[in-house]
Amino acid sequence: MRIPCPFCGDRDAQEFVYRGDASVAATGAPDDLYLRENPAGPMAEHWYHARGCRQWLVVVRDTRTHEIHSATFAKAIAS
Amino acid sequence: MTRYSFLSLAAQALNGHRGWSPAWRDASPAPAYDVVIIGGGGHGLATAYYLARDHGIASVAVLEKGWIGGGNAGRNTTIIRSNYELPGNAPFYETAMKLWEGLEQDLNYNAMVSQRGVLNLFHSDAQRDAYARRGNAMRMHGIDAKLLDLADVRRMAPFLNYDQARFPIQGGLLQRRGGTARHDAVVWGYARAASNRGVDIIQNCEVTGVVRDAKGAVTGVETTRGAIRAKKVGLAVAGHSSRVAAMAGLRLPIESHVLQAFVSEGLKPIIPGVITFGAGHFYISQSDKGGLVFGGDIDGYNSYAARGNLPVVEDVCEGGMALMPMIGRARLLRSWGGVCDMTMDGSPIIDKAPIPGLYLNAGWCYGGFKATPGSGLCFAHLIARDAPHPSAEAFRLDRFATGRVIDEKGQGAQPNLH
Repeated sequence: MRIPCPFCGDRDAQEFVYRGDASVAATGAPDDLYLRENPAGPMAEHWYHARGCRQWLVVVRDTRTHEIHSATFAKAIAS
Repeated sequence: MTRYSFLSLAAQALNGHRGWSPAWRDASPAPAYDVVIIGGGGHGLATAYYLARDHGIASVAVLEKGWIGGGNAGRNTTIIRSNYELPGNAPFYETAMKLWEGLEQDLNYNAMVSQRGVLNLFHSDAQRDAYARRGNAMRMHGIDAKLLDLADVRRMAPFLNYDQARFPIQGGLLQRRGGTARHDAVVWGYARAASNRGVDIIQNCEVTGVVRDAKGAVTGVETTRGAIRAKKVGLAVAGHSSRVAAMAGLRLPIESHVLQAFVSEGLKPIIPGVITFGAGHFYISQSDKGGLVFGGDIDGYNSYAARGNLPVVEDVCEGGMALMPMIGRARLLRSWGGVCDMTMDGSPIIDKAPIPGLYLNAGWCYGGFKATPGSGLCFAHLIARDAPHPSAEAFRLDRFATGRVIDEKGQGAQPNLH
């Protein structure tokens, strides 16, 4: 699996740290800490490019096929 | 139903084995049942069996989208054990272990339960302390455990790589009563025993919706073979729990991850029991057919693909080579992936859903096979009596809100690390 990092280009998924469902808000409420969207199909998720540009990305990936639709800087989505 | 015995086998042998009847009844759906169980794997079929055996509820249907045992019941590495440390886990897994020990007599079916021992190796002083503590906790729960020193391990498994400088083997924690069982036979044995008690096993019947009344209570399911009414609906679809729960508007503390497993070509007997590497994630046993059955970590990202990627294949094989270099000459025959419900604390959920009439059996992470009989027993108890079985009362859904999480591995709320 390769992730198209907007800064580094196509990179092996092993360079990234996976932190799951990107729809979770960081409020500290139990529901946000523990409940997750878990769809079979396209899903927005956080990947951290630990062994690359060290940026947080929001990657839209199909969980049925591992096909990657898009990868965007998380800070670009947040702002 | 024919009772399987030496006598029935001998009689059939004289008859050229032409008189055997199907082991269980492939039923068509009736309009309504007292209980509908979604998922015809080991857990679902065991639940149906114990509902009929212990609670006198025979109006039960088990709905399976494909064929029974075609999901994770057919994709695991067949290990049974109860070497758990935490108070919420240990009594439950020991309940399951005791059921394994009497399963074949109870079901009148050869599940090939083989208590050949589970040996967890340790490679440092700190790990020895952790395993000694685990063994002590197990014994306090009435579970067998023995801390082995290096000489004991050398006698049991002389083929391990003792001389490697990076992760020297110092000893191991052994649960002799652990071992393996034949995964398909567990499914077929429960199916036969449940069917014999009047349970309808309905294959090729995928649930497409959950029917609820005006007050929100669950009253049945929509399936690819029509609507089925039910007083109670139980979910036993680990791997896909989030998807089925979403049909009832529920969000769960679960991510679905892919776990790969591997089997080598058949070899002469060499691995005496189940052996796990303590310095990486690698575990191995040898099937009765001779294949080395092994695995390691989950891939680490959400996936319903039922197949993984090569980095984990490499990692698992490196673990194997570090532990027992002799397997480098064995050829890999097959590898496959299963879809696992990874919960936020690494422990399962057997609880009433916050929706009347709906019951959850989910979140088995990659350890559901060993739990099969206990899961069925406790889920049947919950459904029949609306109260948790004493050995599974910690597996509550609300433990994430109350803080009573059961984090056996101590990793925190990150499913891909459990």
